[in-house]
Amino acid sequence: MKLKTLSKLEKILAAGHLAVTSECGPPRGSDPEVITKKAEMIKDYVDAINITDNQTSVTRMCSLAACIHLKLMGLEPILQMVTRDRNRIALQSDILGAASYDIHNILCLSGDHQSFGDCAQGQNVHDLDSMQLIQAVRHMRDEGKFLGGGDIERPPNMFVGAAANPFADPFEIRVPRLAKKIAAGVEFIQSQCIYNMDKFELWLKMAGDRGLLEKVYILAGVTPFKTAGMARYMKKRVPGMDVPDEVVKRMADTPKEKQPEEGIKICIEQIQRLKEVEGVHGFHVMAIEWEEMVPEIVKKSGLYPRPSVD
Amino acid sequence: MIVADKKPIEEIIEEIKDDEKILILGCNECVTVCEAGGKKEVGILASALRMYFLNQGKEVKIDEKTLERQCDHEYLEEIRDVMDQYDAVVSLACGVGVQFMAEKYQSTPVYPGVNTCFLGVTEERGLWTERCQACGQCILARTGGICPVSRCAKRVFNGPCGGSTKGKCEIHNEIDCAWQLIVDRLKALDRFDDYENLIPLKDWSFERAGGPRKVVREDVQQ
Repeated sequence: MKLKTLSKLEKILAAGHLAVTSECGPPRGSDPEVITKKAEMIKDYVDAINITDNQTSVTRMCSLAACIHLKLMGLEPILQMVTRDRNRIALQSDILGAASYDIHNILCLSGDHQSFGDCAQGQNVHDLDSMQLIQAVRHMRDEGKFLGGGDIERPPNMFVGAAANPFADPFEIRVPRLAKKIAAGVEFIQSQCIYNMDKFELWLKMAGDRGLLEKVYILAGVTPFKTAGMARYMKKRVPGMDVPDEVVKRMADTPKEKQPEEGIKICIEQIQRLKEVEGVHGFHVMAIEWEEMVPEIVKKSGLYPRPSVD
Repeated sequence: MIVADKKPIEEIIEEIKDDEKILILGCNECVTVCEAGGKKEVGILASALRMYFLNQGKEVKIDEKTLERQCDHEYLEEIRDVMDQYDAVVSLACGVGVQFMAEKYQSTPVYPGVNTCFLGVTEERGLWTERCQACGQCILARTGGICPVSRCAKRVFNGPCGGSTKGKCEIHNEIDCAWQLIVDRLKALDRFDDYENLIPLKDWSFERAGGPRKVVREDVQQ
């Protein structure tokens, strides 16, 4: 397959390897070591690292600066960019800033509503939506042009990703929505945290029936539960999350001190099962504030060592 | 219609507490329908203010009047002869009426008596909900007659976002997900395939972003 960008993630996927990505949430402060320490912990076990963009609308160090810290460590960042906080001038400008540091991956998102965060009284922008951001990045990269039409000197060279949540409602549009993102130009997908395995597999099958799986690389999102409380919280409180009762029960039936171990075990079992599923090209391991467990999850899932590509 | 909601009386008192002759001015259009600034609300507010000032031991003259509209010259002219009798006007019209009053009567303070909220409908008595943000370039033909600009918390044109749960919006379980409504309506119209048409980048210059707007119709100008 001909590569479209200089992205290491694209190279790994194009070579047919199962990719592994993870994420680091930037700190509520300016200490770069929070990022570099997390990255240090996981860098040998993943191919690329997402940096979240003010996730859950809580103000943090910016994604771009944190990505630059990773880049300076010789790592492969995935710049997450939400349309909540920037208009099309700022989006394009930040994309160029990232490109100037040879950041080769971007994940286009709309972002959680600001009412969840620490600035609930703030304005939201949403000049573009996530699909339009995908189109914008592809336009800048492939046409070498700004949205306003002018030429870009040294256009961005970015592998373009987006999220997909097969568990949000209504389910019937989840595959058409994937088709729409593909039509917009998305090249890789990182899914929402999967707990309802059957539903995820059904979504993939339906996407396969429409011939979509050859057109995009899908990385399955997994998040280990640390406690039964976290499982219950994700089930009840996090919008668009589908945690089956039996998974909550399995955590709840485990003695408290053994729950972290059980959570990791469930996560590894999920990866083992999904490795065999058509259309799964890798895993996005989101160990929320539990990055130290990523190496173990990757190793025990048989995904270590990571392949090297030039 | 333009939907408004009554301002807390304390806020109104704070503006007029030093005045002695006050006109409470209602509007017979939208704010009457949404029961925030019509003749009835003018009466209620005037009575409450009279009682307040009486309790304060202060003699204040409070008059009531409701115009047909406050967004047209001809109706606002009806009070020209009496305006100099007042220290201040509390207008219960929407923000449009308050401003048109202020433009017309330069030397009399005009205070808003309502908060102007949105363009919406009466779902049932006592419940008004938003339908339009006057973005200046209507796309309802493409979205099954449901507006993502006014009804989606993220105004996404190619939704729904990942936060749509059981037909409700991620920000509140009482708010319908606009994109669920759009999908349902497209299906009812047998146009579900249209869902996959990408809606292009919006030209926001027709909206607030483009600065204050105007509509000029030379064919009807005299």
